[in-house]
Amino acid sequence: MDYRFESPADVRTRLRSVDYLSDEAIAGVVFLADRLGKPILVEGPAGTGKTQLAKSVAEVIGARLIRLQCYEGLDESKALYEWNYKKQLLRIQAERNNESTWEDIETDIFSDEFLLTRPLLEAIRATEPVVLLIDEVDRVEIETEALLLEVLSDYQVSIPELGTMEARQVPMVFLTSNNTRELSEALKRRCLFLHIDYPEMDREKEIVLTKVPELTENLADQIARIVRSIRQLELKKAPSVSETLDWARTLLLLGVDSITEAEAIETLNILLKYQSDIARATRELQGDGGARKPGVPRTS
Amino acid sequence: MTTAERADSHMLDLLSGFIIELRNAGLPVSLTENLDAMEAITHIPIEDRDAFKYALAATLVKNNSHWRAFETVFEVYFSLRGREYSIGGSGDLPEIDEDDQPNVLPDTGGAGAGGAGEAMSPEQMAEALFQALRRGDDALMKAIARQAVTRFAGMEPGRPVGGTYYLYRTLRNLDLDNILDRLLQQAQDDAPAPLTQFEERLERDEFETRIDKLKKEIEAEIRRRLVADRGVEAMAKTLRKPLPEDIDFMHANREELVGLRKAIYPLTRKLAVRLARKRRHGRKGPLDFRNTVRHSLAYGGVPAEPKFRYPRPAKPEIFVIADISGSVAAFARFTLQLVYAISGQFSRVRSFVFIDGIDEVTRFFEGVEDISVAIHRVNTEADVVWVDGHSDYGTPSRCSGIGTAGKSDRRPPF
Repeated sequence: MDYRFESPADVRTRLRSVDYLSDEAIAGVVFLADRLGKPILVEGPAGTGKTQLAKSVAEVIGARLIRLQCYEGLDESKALYEWNYKKQLLRIQAERNNESTWEDIETDIFSDEFLLTRPLLEAIRATEPVVLLIDEVDRVEIETEALLLEVLSDYQVSIPELGTMEARQVPMVFLTSNNTRELSEALKRRCLFLHIDYPEMDREKEIVLTKVPELTENLADQIARIVRSIRQLELKKAPSVSETLDWARTLLLLGVDSITEAEAIETLNILLKYQSDIARATRELQGDGGARKPGVPRTS
Repeated sequence: MTTAERADSHMLDLLSGFIIELRNAGLPVSLTENLDAMEAITHIPIEDRDAFKYALAATLVKNNSHWRAFETVFEVYFSLRGREYSIGGSGDLPEIDEDDQPNVLPDTGGAGAGGAGEAMSPEQMAEALFQALRRGDDALMKAIARQAVTRFAGMEPGRPVGGTYYLYRTLRNLDLDNILDRLLQQAQDDAPAPLTQFEERLERDEFETRIDKLKKEIEAEIRRRLVADRGVEAMAKTLRKPLPEDIDFMHANREELVGLRKAIYPLTRKLAVRLARKRRHGRKGPLDFRNTVRHSLAYGGVPAEPKFRYPRPAKPEIFVIADISGSVAAFARFTLQLVYAISGQFSRVRSFVFIDGIDEVTRFFEGVEDISVAIHRVNTEADVVWVDGHSDYGTPSRCSGIGTAGKSDRRPPF
């Protein structure tokens, strides 16, 4: 079997070429997933680039991205396959006048022609390289998870009327989860686990510079620092990378070249989405947050 | 087991010991995951320590809150080994890199150069540390961490002490709080204009991050030496970090409590989702007549497929009665936090706290976004001490008309 990547470093450089800045953990796990032919379960706070990782990998290896968006109430007919029963009914009615036997009709109506493929089956049957993204897998009920297991471990789908369909090539599979509930052991066992957290300050600065190239280095540095400070507070929802980027773009539009306290506070609503969080961050940035350690002499 | 054959046998021994230790620490590592890990490392160049670590993590750790426990075990089992980490070998540290040293101490004339830091006086060392932190010089920070451990930790071979004791001794001697103050002062002096509080705040966060890094480095250094001295198995047991779910509430230290608080937040979200699902589960809302008739058109007017409205079961009310006396205060806090985090799941939350008197504290939580503020008010303002301030479980059950002693004119809860 040909591998898609040569080394973790190769993963990193190639992801960088499509403007996705990975770190060692991400590159290592993507590389291993390729080598071991295993799905990756990506977990982490919202807005840290979990879905984007799948998209970027697809772009890098020149594969088609097949996406299954999970939601409560997702079932077999939406995830795997469905028989096109309307067409089947028509077929039976059309056959009524002919002399054909029931066996003929039966083999006929349960054939490929009447099968509607859904994302999972589509990924299995694809002949060209594909990346399968199962988004927000924690939204489906725990019973529905079982649907995924056969696909994830053996890359095959069993259809009672047709038999087992095996994958023609092992697709790369990404599952993302926002961790709203614990996934089943069976699912976790089949996957490699990757936790993507908020990036370190240096990486965040790089991300900001890559995505908003018009920024000056100095401003990007300031942005990353302020965001890091805000993340250290106890907030309902810490600012995510995508919010950092929004903020950077805002500051660019406002023509700011060095962030002062007032500007930071005025634009906080881009970073934070709860009034209580904004109030708290404002208090902290103005320097009278009581939560910090006292005892530092203030000279000004 | 072809994959196992490929891995060399020493590695295999180490790995199985590693996995057994992970299980001892409470991580659920299954046999398949074990095999996956074995296969994974055959694809990874063994000299790349980080890649190796992430390969093991990706196959063995399936829950982010277990990461810390994993990391500790990893550091013990795959610690850097060598003569320079032995406890006794302080005199011949070849590692304090010669090329780092010459420009370390511009002010003091490079006294530390070449002499492996042995000649450095405590003042010079503090100065070197100050400079390293000021410039964020990682290599120098590492060297200093190593020096500091050699010099201050007072480690003795074979002594059965955990790492915390040595860490405490080292940190006490380095006096990092003082250095932080100096760093801030220096930043003030260096700035062209006086720093605003906002800028000062950013500077301080930066320095604190660096100091944290230094502390981690010192901790790692102590661990490496302990492992070199007392062997992997003994240390793995001593250094084992409990998983967040295994922490004993009554004996948790401050750091662990902070960890717990962080763990609670996603927990409440999970609980809320589950509660909502459970209450909806298996129920259908009332029949949606219009929708049914509309769909019956497809079947020639026969209502073959009844449609139902989205189920909206009524939410329960909840009363929390919490003992907030000293012995269980931490737990009461946890309960109140949990209940208020999922308060959206209840139609009404009323809370009472008691020690030997009882008081309703719902009002403290109303309109307060920040739960810790509310809890602080509960602790300071609630009127709960009646006689002697020792828990009396009789009072709350007797006063079932809670708060009736002229304190509340609300409808009693029971």
